[in-house]
Amino acid sequence: MTLSYGTPLSRRFPSLTQQLPLISTAVVCALLYAIGSICYSGFFDASTFSEFFAGNAVLGVAAVGLTFVILSGGIDLSVGSMVGFVSILAGMMVERWHWSPALAVPAVLAMGCAFGLLAGVLIHVFELAPFLVTLAGMFVLRGLALTIAPDEGRITLNHEFFVWPTTHAIMMGHARIRLIGIFFVFIAVIAALALRYTRFGRNVYALGGNEQSALLMGLPVGRTKIAIYAISGFCSALAGIVACVDMGAGEPSAAMGLELDAIAAVVIGGTLLTGGVGTVLGTILGVLILGIIQTGLTLDGRLISWWTKIVVGALLLLFITLQKLLTKATARA
Amino acid sequence: MSTTIEPAPLPLVKTARPERWRLLWPLAALALIVLFNLIVTPRFLSIEIKDGRLYGITIDIVRRGSQVILLAIGMTLVIATGGVDLSVGAVMAVSGAATATLVVEHHWSPAPAIGVGLVLSLLAGAWNGILVALLQLQPIVATLVLMVSGRGIAQLITTGQIITFENPTLVFLGSGSIWGLPFAVVLALATLAAVGLLVRKTAAGLFIESVGNNPTAARFAGVNERLVKVMAYTVSGLCAGLAGLVAAGEIKGADANKVGLYYELDAILAVVIGGTALAGGRFMLVGSVIGALIIQAVTTSILTGGLKPELTQVVKGIVVIGVCLLYSTKFRRAVMAPFGRRRA
Repeated sequence: MTLSYGTPLSRRFPSLTQQLPLISTAVVCALLYAIGSICYSGFFDASTFSEFFAGNAVLGVAAVGLTFVILSGGIDLSVGSMVGFVSILAGMMVERWHWSPALAVPAVLAMGCAFGLLAGVLIHVFELAPFLVTLAGMFVLRGLALTIAPDEGRITLNHEFFVWPTTHAIMMGHARIRLIGIFFVFIAVIAALALRYTRFGRNVYALGGNEQSALLMGLPVGRTKIAIYAISGFCSALAGIVACVDMGAGEPSAAMGLELDAIAAVVIGGTLLTGGVGTVLGTILGVLILGIIQTGLTLDGRLISWWTKIVVGALLLLFITLQKLLTKATARA
Repeated sequence: MSTTIEPAPLPLVKTARPERWRLLWPLAALALIVLFNLIVTPRFLSIEIKDGRLYGITIDIVRRGSQVILLAIGMTLVIATGGVDLSVGAVMAVSGAATATLVVEHHWSPAPAIGVGLVLSLLAGAWNGILVALLQLQPIVATLVLMVSGRGIAQLITTGQIITFENPTLVFLGSGSIWGLPFAVVLALATLAAVGLLVRKTAAGLFIESVGNNPTAARFAGVNERLVKVMAYTVSGLCAGLAGLVAAGEIKGADANKVGLYYELDAILAVVIGGTALAGGRFMLVGSVIGALIIQAVTTSILTGGLKPELTQVVKGIVVIGVCLLYSTKFRRAVMAPFGRRRA
């Protein structure tokens, strides 16, 4: 069920069944947070909480872009490689070729946009499978990143543009809130507003709900679809800049496997993989859940990255199964 | 004078090209790459025998390509059912990790350890199949679960370390040779023969094609669609397990992080180049093997050509898009439009 132009206002607020994925996500998030707070001292703390956002800002910004794609029923596997490519490209531009960040940042963002646009055209105009096009994109971008990287592999970023956001922070009491965390929330709010209140946003939902119907309703399906992939490219390029700031370096192998975490965050956040249902708020909660798991496992003293992978995989499975059951229940009702 | 009733040609089977021509394009591409290499490196095709083993660039290509060939065989069946298996790289890591850990840490003899590795990969494949067929999850997502957590499980088995071994049996899997041929190649050929017999000499192949073409019609025709899908994913898991053992034997160690990383795209690419449609339906096992050889030949050409090895990824990505565009009817029409009313 998607919101259409003609629905009366009372129907515009999704029913409880439709909100169930989001509600269950919120419940899981709260539960995990409660468990963490009980088990580990220092977990229930403003700075730890803000770190859930700042520590996952790269993932979050990329996941926001991916939300658009998954809402439309597509998929983008190239986000992680885009982060790596942008981080090394921006690093090379500023540190080696001495471009001003005022020029380099718009340039890499435009590159990300153009790359997404190309993927969108291949997917829409030539009807290639989204996963295949973006999987190829993942290879091309990672290969390009490793090709343009200098021999020593990474570039340390000393320019004021990249250093400033890490040396400055907002203090709330004793809690230090990093700027990249705020940036992630800022981007997410813009995306949420765009999805909820613009014509484009409603087109995205309509496209994901049923492409055929959207076409018959006279919605600009092609333009919307291509724009969606461009937005995803833009957001992952933006995430690449955030990664530059976060790591203080341009690194071609940054964000390996980020696409999977991003998909997990979006899906755990209640966005239906078949498209049409979902929110950016859910994606934020999804990122938060991943952050809580990561922090919990770290505080546990066994900094074991493989447990994170297994738990993320299990959660992903849990939520898609839940989605499946819900969709079936809704279809029967 | 006896009158024979000629069977009417089946009107339903309307192939664009005669069956035997379907391998033409992949073969032509392979020939082109070989020709190009012959011009650049004249000793490209020369093969010599040292200590009863065959040596040469082509042998090297076939040996290195054997892992992707193994993956592509399983992937062909999965793609033919209209699905895709993204977890093959992770399953490779799991089987290699399990076998190496059992041999090195628990002092098992190699044969049962290899058995455990293969059973694990079989279970992994069956798990994918159950998610896709019984829970009816989208294949990309269902196999994504194992792609994410599979590497975690492999790391859990090796406790995050790279397990190195000297066990001759395990090393043999990766770098041994039988009758002068690398063992990995023999294994890949044997797998091709076994799966080929399974799908072409039994009805299994027909079932797979029918499920891929039209699952609803297949179900109404009495094909157990779910069983067919589970079988396809299980074969894919087993093939990935074999490839994982070869990979571990080749580097004499199990590296849960790196083994089979990004091999899923290579396998998908091989299948697509080989002429199997991504949408499911007709499939070509031999085509996929040729596709895998093309990929490896391109990779080797880039490396021997002195280009940066990282460029191979870029080339592979562009090639996969190019091949898909060639198969896309829309693209053909758009390209052919200026040439008048030719049938594209």
